[in-house]
Amino acid sequence: MAYGLSEGTLAVSPMLQFSQVSFSYQQRSILKDFSLQIDKGEFVSVIGPSGVGKSTLFHLANGLLQPDAGQIMLGDNGESNLLGKVGYMPQKDLLLPWRTVLENAALPLEIKGMKQEAAYRQVREQLPIFGLEGWADAYPEQLSGGMRQRVSLLRATLTGSQLLLLDEPFSALDGITKMEMQEWLLSLWRQLGITVLLITHDIEEAILLADRVLVLKAAPVQEAVEVPVSLGRPREGRLRYDPAFLAIREQIWDILTDAINAAGERGRRA
Amino acid sequence: MNPKNAKGTARWFLSSMALFLIMWEGICRGFSIPAFILPPPSDVFRSLWDIREQLFGIHLWVTLREALLGLLLAILFGIGLSMAMTFSRIVERLVYPYLVISQTIPIIALSPIFILWFGYDLSGKIAVTVLFTFFPIVVSLYDGLRHTDPDMVNLLRTMGATQKQIFWKLQIPSSLPHFFSGLKVAATYSVAGATIGEWLGSSAGLGYFARRASGNFQAPALFASVVLLSLMGILLFWLVSLLEKRYFKTNDHIQK
Repeated sequence: MAYGLSEGTLAVSPMLQFSQVSFSYQQRSILKDFSLQIDKGEFVSVIGPSGVGKSTLFHLANGLLQPDAGQIMLGDNGESNLLGKVGYMPQKDLLLPWRTVLENAALPLEIKGMKQEAAYRQVREQLPIFGLEGWADAYPEQLSGGMRQRVSLLRATLTGSQLLLLDEPFSALDGITKMEMQEWLLSLWRQLGITVLLITHDIEEAILLADRVLVLKAAPVQEAVEVPVSLGRPREGRLRYDPAFLAIREQIWDILTDAINAAGERGRRA
Repeated sequence: MNPKNAKGTARWFLSSMALFLIMWEGICRGFSIPAFILPPPSDVFRSLWDIREQLFGIHLWVTLREALLGLLLAILFGIGLSMAMTFSRIVERLVYPYLVISQTIPIIALSPIFILWFGYDLSGKIAVTVLFTFFPIVVSLYDGLRHTDPDMVNLLRTMGATQKQIFWKLQIPSSLPHFFSGLKVAATYSVAGATIGEWLGSSAGLGYFARRASGNFQAPALFASVVLLSLMGILLFWLVSLLEKRYFKTNDHIQK
């Protein structure tokens, strides 16, 4: 079954819902009557060609942008003011260079008005889980790319939100570090019982991590093509050579190639 | 800069300075240049020693006080105006263009007007010093505040940060390197401001002393006061650098 943690332990209930959302940026329609539901505890990947509006989707989900029409709701009670309620990890790690690992990670707690001492205590408790034990007082510049991403992710989880939006978190990492980070992210997801929505350019990554993959074909997006990933969990890196994995990979590849060819057609006609 | 490097820099500076002074002395003596045109450094230092009581007893402190008070006031005004421009689009649109235009007016031409307005006592000198130091401070600080990484601002907003939190936790720290560069320039300008304020009318201070010496063709005394003014500028610059280093003691990462 496709639902990770939620399977058997929790009743399926929505974490994030887009209903009939439309959004345009500079007169270019990006989403049109777009609907989407992410359930609690799910791990969902979003993939699509550059410029299709993946980041826009995230900025709508974290409250930075407001839809022109339609509704975006968080959780059961239909929360609609989303700023401060969703854990967001941007593509760049965006660590503040003048703050240590400890101070960077404590930022969301500080913003919520927590006392510094309590905030630091909470960060220190989390450091080992994120492989950052002993690095509390290091500055971002002293860290490797993988470690910086882990600090950034720690900071996102400390917003206290049950929903994490990860925007190509590993795209700047080398292949080996990337594989380590993927397995580690999966174990973190299991441990924390959170819901994750992940943008990626990497088909393998999208499949390996997620319960289902949403493929965005071309703007304006009306509907995401949904590809369920019916592979068991826990998953390991080796899974990427499994025939079932390869079949899903081919399926997504075909959808993307279609989308790119169609876009090319439109380009030639225009 | 590591200590070895610093030592090397100091050695180069001292040697080049010594060479410069020797050449100066040699030219004055070799070409028999009259002392009221260009006194040899030996005369300048002798004069510095002879009139030490006047210079170090009164004039140096008068000028230093004017420069420091003016600089302090300019920092306060500068912070106030930069914050107002950051928080209010209206203030920014009203003020910023004039701020830029005002920098094209020669400050020295405005100085007599400021003396006229603020008087021939201490307040006049402070006003001219503020005039000299205000712009580098406000422009550097405001540019620093304005050029905060928009992605970082957005990230803080997703954490639910208020405008005020974004200002204190993000904009202020990321503008500090800009602020310190502006402050270093302003620190040296403050000496010029105080000197010109004194030139325009006063009864004490190194600027006043230099002007009087120049009127009396006492070139060595004039040069002596100029040497002190230059040292004062260097001292203030160094103090700001020290403050900057102290602030960024734990890391120099912020500079990048």
